[in-house]
Amino acid sequence: MTHKLITSLAVLVLLGSFTPGTVRADDTNMAAMAATNAPAAASTDPKPDPAGMATGVASDVPGFVVTAPADLSADDQKDTNKVAAYKDAKKAADDYAAQAKLEPLAVKLADGVGHNRVAINFMWTLVTGFLVMFMQAGFALVETGLCRAKNAGHTMSMNFMIYPMGMLGFYLCGFAFMFGGLGAIGTMGNYAGLNHEITWTIMGKPFGIIGWKGFLLQGAGYDTAAFALFLFQMVFMDTTATIPTGGAAERWKFSAFMIYGCLIGTVMYPLFGNWVWGGGWLAQLGTNFPSLGHGHVDFAGSSVVHMQGGVICLIFCWLIGPRHGKYDKNGKIVHPITPHSIPMVMLGTFILAFGWFGFNPGSTLAGTDLRIAVVAVNTMLASATGALAATLYMWWFKTKKPDPSMMCNGMLAGLVAITAPCAFVSAGGAALIGLISGILVVESVFFFEKIGIDDCVGAISVHGVNGAFGCLSIGLFADGTYGDGWNGVAGTVKGFFYGGGLGQFWAELIGVTTCFMTLSILSLVVYYIAEKLVGNRVALDDEIEGLDVPEMGVPGYAGMVMDKQAETPMGKA
Amino acid sequence: MKKIEAIIKPFKLEEVKDTLGEIGVEGMTVTEVKGFGRQKGHTEIYRGSEYTVDFLPKIKLEIVLDDGRVEAAVAAIIKAAKTGKIGDGKIFVSPIDDAIRIRTEEKGPSAV
Repeated sequence: MTHKLITSLAVLVLLGSFTPGTVRADDTNMAAMAATNAPAAASTDPKPDPAGMATGVASDVPGFVVTAPADLSADDQKDTNKVAAYKDAKKAADDYAAQAKLEPLAVKLADGVGHNRVAINFMWTLVTGFLVMFMQAGFALVETGLCRAKNAGHTMSMNFMIYPMGMLGFYLCGFAFMFGGLGAIGTMGNYAGLNHEITWTIMGKPFGIIGWKGFLLQGAGYDTAAFALFLFQMVFMDTTATIPTGGAAERWKFSAFMIYGCLIGTVMYPLFGNWVWGGGWLAQLGTNFPSLGHGHVDFAGSSVVHMQGGVICLIFCWLIGPRHGKYDKNGKIVHPITPHSIPMVMLGTFILAFGWFGFNPGSTLAGTDLRIAVVAVNTMLASATGALAATLYMWWFKTKKPDPSMMCNGMLAGLVAITAPCAFVSAGGAALIGLISGILVVESVFFFEKIGIDDCVGAISVHGVNGAFGCLSIGLFADGTYGDGWNGVAGTVKGFFYGGGLGQFWAELIGVTTCFMTLSILSLVVYYIAEKLVGNRVALDDEIEGLDVPEMGVPGYAGMVMDKQAETPMGKA
Repeated sequence: MKKIEAIIKPFKLEEVKDTLGEIGVEGMTVTEVKGFGRQKGHTEIYRGSEYTVDFLPKIKLEIVLDDGRVEAAVAAIIKAAKTGKIGDGKIFVSPIDDAIRIRTEEKGPSAV
C-alpha cells in the first residue's frame, strides 16, 4: 500500500511541475517570459519575478523614496493630530517628487544601490542556508557515533534520506502551508505575492491558521525572492526532520521512517511554523493582545525548529519503546549502550556548531542588518558555556568523569537554547543562557533515562527541553536593544529582567505550550499511521543482529570485526 | 609434540615474540581475544548508569613444538610476559596428535 502512496505522490509532483507558469525561462527572452508567467489569478496580485530582473530598487534603500501618505478617512479628518501628520507626510512626499525630477541620475543610482542592498541580502540568505544544509552531515555523524556500529548503515541512511524527502515534501506543499500567507519578503525586494493566509476571526481578531499559496513553487511561488526564502526555510525544516531519527535509532523500521519522512515536510512542521513565522496567530498575539509583548518571538527557531523536533522525538521514543537489553523488567538500566565512535560524535558536533553560524545569523535574512555580528557572537558564547557547564557538572556532581558525549550534548544544548534569543540578548545574557542549558541538558537526560524513555542521543533533552527554555529566556533576558516592530508591534523586544514586564514571557509560554500540544497530537497520529501501514519497531532478531543487513542489505562496516561487548547483552534483560 | 597456548597482555606481544625467537622458536599463531580471571573487571558510569567492564583485551599465542623444547619455550614466555601485576595471563600445554606441513606434506616433528 505504501508503494501506491509513493507512486501517486510522484505522479502528483510530476504533473504539478508541468502546469502553465513554470516553463523554464529562456535567457534571451526575458520580457516575453515575464508576460507568460504572470499568474492567472487576481490582477491585483504582485507580479512574481523569476529572473530577478525587477527585484531590488530605490525603495529598498531605507529612507530614500518618500511615498505619499494614504488618504484620510472621513473620521480621521476630524482628528487634528492626524490631519497635521498627513500634511507633513504629504509635503515630504511632494518635496521628494520635485527633487527626484531635478536629479534623475540620483534616482537611477538609487535603483542600483537598492539592487545591491537586496543582492547582499540574497547572498547572505543563500550562503547561510548552504551552511545550515551542511548541518545534515553533522547530525548524521553525531547520531551514528552515539549508536552502535552494527546499526551505522541504517542510522546514516535515515539521516541521509531525510534530506531529499523533507525537501520534496516542503516543495510540494509544506512551503505553501508555512509561508503562503507571509506577505512582503521585506529584506529581499518586498515581493508580496505570497499573500493568501487562511485566517479565522475570533472575537473580532485575526488568527492566521495556514498559508495557501506557492505550491510546488509555481505561479506566485516562482519568484526569485520566494526561491531564496524556500531554500533557507527548507534547511531549517530539515533540521527538525532529522532530530527524531537520533532518538528512535537502532530499532526504527526504515519503511516506518520513510512514512514519517513523507509527512514531516508536508504537514507536521509547517503548521506550527506558519503560526510563528508565517504570520499566523502566535505571531499575531502581540498585535491582538497588547499585554503579550511582541507575541511569540522566536528569532531562529528554538521552538519552530528544535522544540518541534524534540517533541516528535519524545512521542516516538516513548511509543517505540527502549532498545532491547538496556532496561531490565523492573525498569532499571542494567546495561547502558555506549557510543561506537566518539571521534564521529565530536566531529559532528563541530560541524553543527559551524553550521549554526548560518542558522542564527542567517535568520536576519539580511547581510545589511548589522546585528548579525551580535547574533553570531552570542551563538558562539552560548555554545562554549553550554559545553563547559555540562562537562563540569558531570565531572564534579554526577559521574566524577568528564563524559565526552555530554560535552557534545552540552554544546548543542547551548546552541539550541540561544537560537531563539540570540538577536535580543547581550553577551552576558548569551553566556548565562548557555550555562543554564548545559546543566539543564544533563538533568534532563538523566530524567528521561530514569523514566524509561530510551533516547539514544539525548535529542529530547537537547532540542525539546532546551528549545522551550530558549524561547522562555527571551521573556526574561531580552535587553531591549533590537527588534523594533517585530511581529508588527512597535518598540524593541524587552524581557522581564530589563524592565519589559512579564508580557513577553507569557507570550513565549503560550507558544511553547502550543508547540508541545500540537506536535504531540501530530506525532501520535503519524506514529499510528505508520504502525497501521508497516509497523514501527523492527523484529527482535533484527535488532539483536544489527539493522544494517536486515533493513538495508549492506553492512555499514563490511569486513570489520564487531566488538561483541558493544552489541546487545543477552544475559540480564 | 605439544601445543602451547599462552594468554598474555597485548602490549607484551613484541617482547614475547623476540624472546622466543632468541631460543629458536620460528613460528606462531596469534589471535586477539577477550577474557578475565579471578580478579574480574571494574565498574564505569555512562550518562548516570553503571556498567561493568568484565572482559579485558588479551592476545592468545599458539605454538606447536617438539616435546623437548616445551620447557624452554614456557620459561621464555614467562620471562618476557611477566609484569608482576594482575592480568599477566596464563599458559596451557596440551598434547598434539599430528602436524602436517601443507606445502611439502611432511608429517610429524619435522613439520613444526
